Amino acid sequence: MLLESRGDRVFNALIYLILGLVTIIVLYPLVFVFSASISDPQTVLRGEMLLWPKGINLNSYAKIFQNKDILSGFSNTLLYTSVGTLINLGMTIIAAYPLSRKDFVGRNWFMGLFVFTMFFGGGLIPTYLLIKDLGMLNSFWVMIIPNAVSIWNIIIMRTFFQQSIPYELQEAATIDGCSNIQILNRIILPLSMPIIAVMILFYAVGHWNAFFNALLYLSDKDKFPLQLILREILIQGQTSDMVKMSTESAIKQQREVEGIKYAVLVVANIPVLILYPFLQRYFVKGVMIGAIKG
Amino acid sequence: MKGSTLAGTLPETKRESKRKWSRIARNWQLYLLILPVVAYYILFHYVPMYGIQIAFKDFIATKGITGSPWVGTEHFERFFHSYFFWRLIKNTLGLGLYSLAVGFPIPIILALLMNEAKSAKFKKFVQTVTYAPHFLSTVVVVGMMMIFLSPRYGMVNHLITMFGGHPINFMAEPGWFKSLYVFSDVWQTMGWSSIIYLAALAGIDNQLHEAARVDGAGRLRRIWHINLPGIRPTIIILLILNIGSIMGIGFEKVLLMQNNLNMETSDIISTYVYRAGIQGAEYSFSAAIGLFNSVINFILLISVNWVTKRMSDTSLW
Repeated sequence: MLLESRGDRVFNALIYLILGLVTIIVLYPLVFVFSASISDPQTVLRGEMLLWPKGINLNSYAKIFQNKDILSGFSNTLLYTSVGTLINLGMTIIAAYPLSRKDFVGRNWFMGLFVFTMFFGGGLIPTYLLIKDLGMLNSFWVMIIPNAVSIWNIIIMRTFFQQSIPYELQEAATIDGCSNIQILNRIILPLSMPIIAVMILFYAVGHWNAFFNALLYLSDKDKFPLQLILREILIQGQTSDMVKMSTESAIKQQREVEGIKYAVLVVANIPVLILYPFLQRYFVKGVMIGAIKG
Repeated sequence: MKGSTLAGTLPETKRESKRKWSRIARNWQLYLLILPVVAYYILFHYVPMYGIQIAFKDFIATKGITGSPWVGTEHFERFFHSYFFWRLIKNTLGLGLYSLAVGFPIPIILALLMNEAKSAKFKKFVQTVTYAPHFLSTVVVVGMMMIFLSPRYGMVNHLITMFGGHPINFMAEPGWFKSLYVFSDVWQTMGWSSIIYLAALAGIDNQLHEAARVDGAGRLRRIWHINLPGIRPTIIILLILNIGSIMGIGFEKVLLMQNNLNMETSDIISTYVYRAGIQGAEYSFSAAIGLFNSVINFILLISVNWVTKRMSDTSLW
């Protein structure tokens, strides 16, 4: 090792300073929301709460758990996410596996068919008319089938199959009399658990956060996913349902509304918050595999 | 001589195609596997492309796509001459270019900085924190923005008044819209987007750094002459992809941030298509606008790809 010069040390300090600042900028709003959700709304609205919770108060959460829209949104989203992710995963595997095989005649042709859709599409209106013609408007499946698979994830998975599972293994299995389906089930899938975890994460987050298809295609409120309910509360300010029961003054009601908004933000992200630390090492791996690109 | 080579090649190709067919037959299960995905792409991606023709027709629901009468480029002309045309172009391009100019370099800089940080623990912490907002939904991010920027209760305006300024109604000012959009996007995605660059940086041969250090190159010099060229192919690929989506700029987020007061700067082609098409049921007219948008996007993508292929040998295809 060569000795560090003074310039190097200044350089180091500068790097830590900038990265530290970036971290604070990203982290601060997140901590603030969490603290605000468990603080007394009044102190938050006056701007007295800056980082740590002040005057712990869980009323906003109580209000949320009495709200039937949020509860039904939450359970709808759970359902869309679990069924949707399962279908996504199956579709990704059955596309990625053949495409990963060198001896799959026409794989470039299939790949081209899929990849072209990344760059050109029919657009909003023709897609909407298709969904309408299929009779899928306002149905459960409209949240799942139109996004059944993503080409990015097919590419990531295909690359994983090609790079992490030796082709010789498959050849050996064929000689031993394994059919292609058996190879997939007994050799490929058991060896692919890390990438399957990544796929589950990517797809599940996508479903959890999806709101646009719901906005376009759903009209019954009892089918709405959580994000659509959130939009009503956070962006359109429709919180009257939750506070109108109280006979309090307008100012106090306003305070409650603002408190509820913070709590709603936290509740909407609880699953991700819980899973995040466990899944982090997987998703970084996933992005990196995707970045290498075959 | 000539005859013999020809005779030699003919059976060869025949044998080859025979082998091809036997390979296809042997792998019939693979074709069966991929069939549902092919069906999905044809139905949900290629059928809508076929449906684009309604842009040149007067779509009548009872007659269907094929049965509706042709009207030529009537809808396009109506759009080009409409009051909204220049406003939409200006907003769409402006927002796209602004986000490209700010949002594209920042993840690269972040990755270069993280790569220089020596403490693995610190690096890991920075990464964990900066990746996190990627997992928030658009609704949540826009919701947070609205809470923080609220003129009466938001903490940003608390700060402004604390320092003696006047509160600003950010979400209602057309002048603030683009910056709010771009910088909230940077906040949300910079960490995540830097992962790819970090991966590319990790792949750079350390011997290059050693050699440069022996030659007396400082750290900045090595970043400039080794790290940056090392990740150039990655940068170019991502740049092509980003430019290819300038016209398709974050529709969902714009729609969520939009209100009657900031419409002047927030109205972009895709939100207009949504309003006219889905809410106003003017299917043919808005399909025409949507097509116009996708074609420009596609042309942009192809030309950037062509240029970078010429200049640096790196391209998407």
